[in-house]
Amino acid sequence: MMLNWFQHIGAFTFDILANTGRASIFLLQVILGIKETLFRPQLLIRELYSVGVLSLLIIIFSAIFVGMVLSLLGYVTLVDFGAESSLGVLVSLSLIRELGPVLTALLFSGRAGSALTAEIGLMKATEQLASMEMMAVDPIRRIITPRFLAGCISLPLLTVIFMSLGIYAGYLVGSIWLGVDEGSFWSQMQSKVEFGHDVINGFIKSIVFGFVVTWIAVYQGYNAIPTSEGVSRATTNSVVYSALAVLALDFILTAVMFV
Amino acid sequence: MVSSRKIEILVGIFVVLGLTAFIIMALNISNLSSLSSAKGYNVTAHFENIGGLRPRAKVTLSGVVVGRVTKISYDKESFRAIITMTLNSDIDYLPEDTQASIYTSGLLGEQYISLEPGAEDEVLKNGSSITLTQSAVVLEEVIGKLMVSFTTKD
Repeated sequence: MMLNWFQHIGAFTFDILANTGRASIFLLQVILGIKETLFRPQLLIRELYSVGVLSLLIIIFSAIFVGMVLSLLGYVTLVDFGAESSLGVLVSLSLIRELGPVLTALLFSGRAGSALTAEIGLMKATEQLASMEMMAVDPIRRIITPRFLAGCISLPLLTVIFMSLGIYAGYLVGSIWLGVDEGSFWSQMQSKVEFGHDVINGFIKSIVFGFVVTWIAVYQGYNAIPTSEGVSRATTNSVVYSALAVLALDFILTAVMFV
Repeated sequence: MVSSRKIEILVGIFVVLGLTAFIIMALNISNLSSLSSAKGYNVTAHFENIGGLRPRAKVTLSGVVVGRVTKISYDKESFRAIITMTLNSDIDYLPEDTQASIYTSGLLGEQYISLEPGAEDEVLKNGSSITLTQSAVVLEEVIGKLMVSFTTKD
């Protein structure tokens, strides 16, 4: 009984190690294919469309509502201290440092990451990847790398769109609806938000998240058990692992960048 | 299936949107535009106590921001804090006996350095040091002094 239990722990540990190793080798293979993908931009553009452009709508809507809610709640708190002129600082700093990168990455993993996993997983289940190998086409370079690259490019772009739209939505609510002075909203924001410190670090965060989320998504799809149940499990795993990785990495990155 | 020309156009719109957002962040939301005169010269000042002064705090002249605090360190010879600040290069007319004081903006706001020009003919240059300084007011010290003066009365 006890021995069985230890066996389980051992097997579990080896599973984790094997998975880590497989994911790293997979990442290396994907990265080695980047050069060839750049010579065939048509593939990359098609993936940028399905990964980036199609995620645009949900990003725009979420950004507007997040910015509006931040502004509304920030106003309610700040007005008690007569500090509502700092509303712009509150909205912009929280969007640029935390909410922009994190929320965009979470939405992206739900919208695009899950689609990537399901697509690649189904290709594997219907043996499209195997038939490509039969035709001497490397499925990693033909299928995975363009998708990986598209994810890495799309997420930072989506993040800056999220940030600036959120700030404008916050401005609309704060200044036009709640009556915060427009001049102090923008000037306080401009004096407190530092480009080299806040904006660049937020952007670096989004690059890291894009890399991690897309890596998890394509790996889960490529590694899926080729059954319908396996694909569904891989899709779930892709979203869950992405969310956990993004939130944990965000803590580490914030601790390194902003403390 | 969307035609590949349409895809190209949509991807182009997406990339342009992203770049526009980035430029907005740079110019409209952050202080990149006001940092255009990043070139400047460094001046040091010794303080007894800097309170809660932080790097990147502003340096003002009659309330106008003319520079930033770049480095805060401790001098083990004079047992005082050394503040290095970068002043904009167009502010090249400050007399050598300019006084630097640490003030607090508002009652509980952040601390900043305020410069008051003196009367000498020599001006501050890169590497020169401000000798007339006034430390930050630490609230506990003030309260402590008040307590002492209240108790000695009776």
